Formats: sequence, structure tokens, C-alpha cells
Amino acid sequence: MRHEKIETNVGLLIVLTLIVISIGGLIEIVPLFFIDETIEQVQTPDGKDAIRPYSALETRGRDIYIREGCYLCHSQMIRPFRDEILRYGHYSLAAESQYDHPFQWGSKRTGPDLARVGGKYSNEWHKQHLMAPRSVMPDSIMPNYPWLQENSLAYNDIASRMKALRLVGVPYSLTDAEYEKNIERFGKGIADQLNIHAAEDNLVAQADQGNYDGDQSRLTEMDALVAYLQVLGTMVDFKQYEEGHFAEFR
Amino acid sequence: MSETKKTGQTVQTTGHAWDGDIQEYNNPIPRWWLWSFYATVIFAIVYWIFYPAWPIGHSYTPGVMNTITYTVNGEEKTTHWNTRALLVRDMQTGEAAVKQRKHMQEVANASFSAILSDPKMIDFSSKIGKVLFEDNCAACHGMGGQGVVGLFPNLVDDDWLWGGRTEDIQNTISAGHIGFMPAFDKTFSEQQMDDVTEFVLSLSGQAKDKERVARGKVLFTGEGGGCYYCHNQQGTGIKSVGSANLTDHIWTIADVASQKDIMAKRTRVREVISHGVNRTMPTWKGRLSDEEIKLLTVYVYNLSGGK
Ligand code: HEC
Ligand code: HEC
Ligand code: HEC
Repeated sequence: MRHEKIETNVGLLIVLTLIVISIGGLIEIVPLFFIDETIEQVQTPDGKDAIRPYSALETRGRDIYIREGCYLCHSQMIRPFRDEILRYGHYSLAAESQYDHPFQWGSKRTGPDLARVGGKYSNEWHKQHLMAPRSVMPDSIMPNYPWLQENSLAYNDIASRMKALRLVGVPYSLTDAEYEKNIERFGKGIADQLNIHAAEDNLVAQADQGNYDGDQSRLTEMDALVAYLQVLGTMVDFKQYEEGHFAEFR
Repeated sequence: MSETKKTGQTVQTTGHAWDGDIQEYNNPIPRWWLWSFYATVIFAIVYWIFYPAWPIGHSYTPGVMNTITYTVNGEEKTTHWNTRALLVRDMQTGEAAVKQRKHMQEVANASFSAILSDPKMIDFSSKIGKVLFEDNCAACHGMGGQGVVGLFPNLVDDDWLWGGRTEDIQNTISAGHIGFMPAFDKTFSEQQMDDVTEFVLSLSGQAKDKERVARGKVLFTGEGGGCYYCHNQQGTGIKSVGSANLTDHIWTIADVASQKDIMAKRTRVREVISHGVNRTMPTWKGRLSDEEIKLLTVYVYNLSGGK
């Protein structure tokens, strides 16, 4: 019997098991890379890509979001149901998380979905809420994160972080050719933000200008995290599209 | 274990033995299991026919019959089954959505005074308004609108920074506001700070030192401090810049009301004058629909008892 060959050979058993259980996943996932409608085309009125990769500061904020495990309680995926969109706003598009590695969709909602939290609250509120959620939401069970305001933001490795993301396909530019391409795709202002060579300067400039943590004298982890939260779900202007437009991408 | 069934037949094993004598039966899978398996296979084939299923190149089989119809700009559109189209249809013709839209349109078409004099519309706006308020506003203004002193204003009292008429409230919610007062720590000397603080407290009858009040008044109402520029000569505030009324006992930034002794009151007022204020009420136009903002306006207006 052939059984015996597999059952007495652990290496072979592992390989064959892996093959069998990947088939289901591969059949579901791989075609999505080839189907045209998987990622929606979302453009601004002047023909640029509406969804851009995160700026240097926002990327740092995202890393802190992941480090602190915010995703354990918060999803970032508004599903296409009436009750969801009445509460959170337009359902999430695939395009909106195309530069997220790894994506933050999640399914565990101990707290509310954060996919469109950008612009909903002020910077002061975010700072107050992250330091002491119960000072604004008496019944909240979210933990305090006071160290975000104490910790200075380490950003000397920001270029390496962006290079790593570039390797998995996020269009941060390293060469002149890539930079030119970004200008065409996103416009000059954004292309400058995506330039890895200017990453540190851009990061500092955005934090200075945004003053996300209300303390101009220091660059803290709070600056980065709030900058990230404030951009979530704000890139697409849904007013531009008629009802049902995005249903055509399914 | 016995190697034979009752009939005396030898049971088939997989044929190999571990540790000398451990063997494994090779029985067929139970019938019910097998049939369930075939049933799932048949289900899958039926599913492929009806629903979007197989990828073909850059597209996929959309499935037959399970189509969804909705309207765009008066034109009917029919598409294969998908959750986004399902949602559009639900928003257009779903029972709950249609019912709510009817009420929403009533509110949208009515003037504030008409809404406020119709118990049915008040009832509707307080129900929907409450949900909207809890989803969007309560994080800052508190579940009941009581606010947090020093951070977010109380909406329940009848003291308004930006005006309490329905039109004012609607404008506040729609456009948002920035409450800004410059920091005076670099402008004033220690003594001037004491003086102007005492004068501010005198406006609500809580001052103790007459001489300081007199000197503070000069600063407040003159070019020395220029406070009058935003708070006006009497200190009652100017709605168009959202400055606080300093003559009443309602405090929105300086937590004076909860302090008993004069020293603590002075400290609180002094802090505000030396640090200034910079706080933001977000813009809701764009995030909320015009009807939703109107409903919230009615809700907030009624929170303070309609004053
Ligand atoms: C233990 C679970 C938990 C964790 C971990 C957690 N949160 Fe929360 N979060 C909540 C709950 C519950 C609420 C709702 C109550 C409140 O507003 O505090 C909330 C609310 C929020 C809100 C307001 C959302 C809205 O629309 O009102 C934001 C923003 C937020 N969290 C950000 C974060 C960030 C950033 C982190 C990581 C640093 C984090 N949360 C970690 C549970 C959690
Ligand atoms: C990020 C926190 C935040 C959120 C969320 C928020 N507000 Fe405000 N709101 C403020 C602040 C801060 C002020 C005071 C602005 C100022 O100082 O001038 C304010 C002021 C107001 C005022 C004017 C009060 C007055 O005295 O004139 C109204 C009315 C109001 N908010 C209603 C709402 C409603 C309705 C919502 C929900 C749609 C909402 N707010 C959501 C922070 C917030
Ligand atoms: C540029 C306009 C501006 C000027 C100048 C100004 N204020 Fe204000 N002040 C405001 C505004 C606006 C608020 C309310 C802020 C808010 O609620 O967000 C305020 C609030 C206050 C408060 C807190 C009131 C409360 O209810 O907690 C005090 C006290 C105060 N001002 C005193 C002064 C004094 C004293 C001066 C002069 C030295 C002064 N202000 C100058 C705009 C101004």
C-alpha cells in the first residue's frame, strides 16, 4: 500500500499536507491578482491617483499602531452593509488598502472601526484619548498609552523602512526615473513626499506643520500616530462618484 | 483486540504494523459521510451556475439569475450578484431605508420653526439625533452633551460661544470652529497677569482685591492687553469669534466653578490667560449629510431646553 510510504516518511507527509491545504487558498486568492476589477480605479478630477502611499510620518505612525497592537481591538474595514455605512461612512475600497503591508482589515471589533476616523476628531482629542481614554469616554475599556507622548520619535531608520515597503511594491521613489513616474501618477506635491531621499526632512516638516501632539518643541510618537489616524479613510472624495459606481467593480 | 467480526471474517487492515503489533483498520468511510460529501459537490456546481464563481482570464463567470437591479440617475441598472450592488438596492428600496428616507425628507423640507412645533418631527429628530450624536459627537461632548471642562464645551447649558439660535448651531456643526485665544505669558509681567486675572474674576463678582481689579480693567479694556478686542468692553463675549462670556458663572476652559477658594480660582484663570486656547470643533459637512446635520441641530437645540 502507498499509505505506508507517506505515513512513515515525515518529510514527505509535511510537504504533501502543505500542498493539499494550499490548494483551497491559492484557488481563491491567485485569480484576484489577474481580474481587472479587483482594485478599483480611483482618480482625482485631474486624472491623478487619489490613493497615495503614506507619508514618512504616517508610515512611522502606522508602525506604532502595529507595535501597540491597536489592531487587536480595532478593524479598518467598513463592510458594505447599511448599518455599517450609516455609522462609519462609505464602505472601504480594496484600493484604499493597496499600499498597506500588512493590511489592517481585521474582524475583531472591541472598539469601533477606524477605517474612516481621519478628520472625525481633532488632534487634541486624539492626544487626550490616547493618553487617558476615560477622561473623554468614561466607560471606555481602551488602555492608556501615556508613553506615546513621552517617547521621542525615532526616525533615523525611516528611509530603510520605506525601502522595505518599496520592495513589496509601494511606489516610494529611490531613482530619478521612479520619482518622475510618481509625479505623473500622483502630482508633484505627493511625489516629493514619496521620495525616500527626502524622507527625514519630510517627516520633520510634516510634524512641525501639523503639530499633532500640541507640543512644538519635541517630535514624539504621538505626533506620528495621530498623523496616521488623521489620514485614515480621507483620500477618496466619494462625492465625486454617483451611487453604485463602486458596485461595478464587483 | 479481536481480529475477527462476529461472522468470523477477517477485518481488513492497512497492512502494516508499528511497534510489532499496532495495526490500523481499513474500513470504508461511513455512508452518511460519503453522501454528505457528494451533496456538497453538487451544491458547489449549482452555486457556480448561479453566483459569480470561476475566474476566466481578466474576468470571471458572473452567474445567472441572481441579478440585482438598482437605479442610477433614473436609469435602471441590472448586475450580477454582489454585496455592493445589494447595498445600493437596500439603500434605495429596502424597507427600513424607504421608511427613514420619508421622515428625512420631511425634515429636510421643513423650516426649523416648523420642525420645532411638530411633535412628530421632534420625536423623529430626537431619536435619530441621539444615535448620530452618540456615534459622532459624544466622544468629545459626552454622551449627554455635558462636555469636559477645559476641553470640550457643554452643550446642555444655555450659554453659547458661537450662538444658540438654530441657524448658529447648524453653522457650527456644518463648518466647524476653532476656538482660539493667544497666549499672554510673554506679553504680561507677573503683576499685570495678577491684575488682569483679578479683573476677569471681578466680572462674575468673585474678585477680592479692588486695586488689582482697577489696574486689570485698564489692561482688559485698553491696548495694554487688548482683551476687549475679542471679549468686548463688558467682557460678555462676541459670538462671531466664539469668545467666552466672562461675566456669567459658566466656565468652559478655566475650571473656576468647581474651585472653592480664591487662590485656586486665580490659578485657573491665570493658566488660561498665560497659555491661551486653541481647540477645534471638526467640520461635519461632507462627513454627514445635510439632513443629518439638520437633525443634529434640532437635537442639540433641544438638549439645552431650546434656548
Ligand atoms: C482593549 C481594546 C483596545 C485597544 C488595544 C485599543 N483600543 Fe481604541 N478603542 C477601544 C474601545 C472600546 C473604544 C471605544 C471607546 C472609546 O472611544 O474610548 C476605542 C476607541 C478608539 C478610537 C475612537 C474611535 C471612534 O470613532 O470614536 C480611536 C481613534 C482609537 N480607539 C484608537 C486606538 C489606537 C490608536 C490604539 C492603539 C494605540 C487603540 N485604539 C487600542 C478599545 C481598544
Ligand atoms: C473632536 C472633538 C469634537 C467633536 C467630535 C465634536 N465637537 Fe463640537 N465642539 C468641540 C469643541 C472643542 C468646541 C468648542 C469650539 C470653540 O472653542 O470655539 C465645540 C463646539 C460645539 C458647538 C458650539 C458650542 C457653543 O457654545 O457655541 C456645538 C453646537 C457643537 N460643538 C456640536 C457638536 C456636534 C453636533 C457634534 C457631532 C456632529 C460635535 N460637536 C462633535 C469639539 C468637538
Ligand atoms: C483673539 C481673541 C481673544 C483675545 C485677544 C482674548 N481672548 Fe480670551 N478667549 C477667546 C476665546 C475665543 C475664548 C473661548 C475659547 C474657547 O471656548 O474655545 C476665550 C476664553 C477666555 C477665558 C476662559 C473663559 C472660560 O469660560 O473658561 C478667559 C478667562 C479669557 N478668555 C480671558 C482673556 C483675557 C484676560 C484676555 C486679555 C489678556 C483675553 N481673554 C484675550 C478669545 C480671545
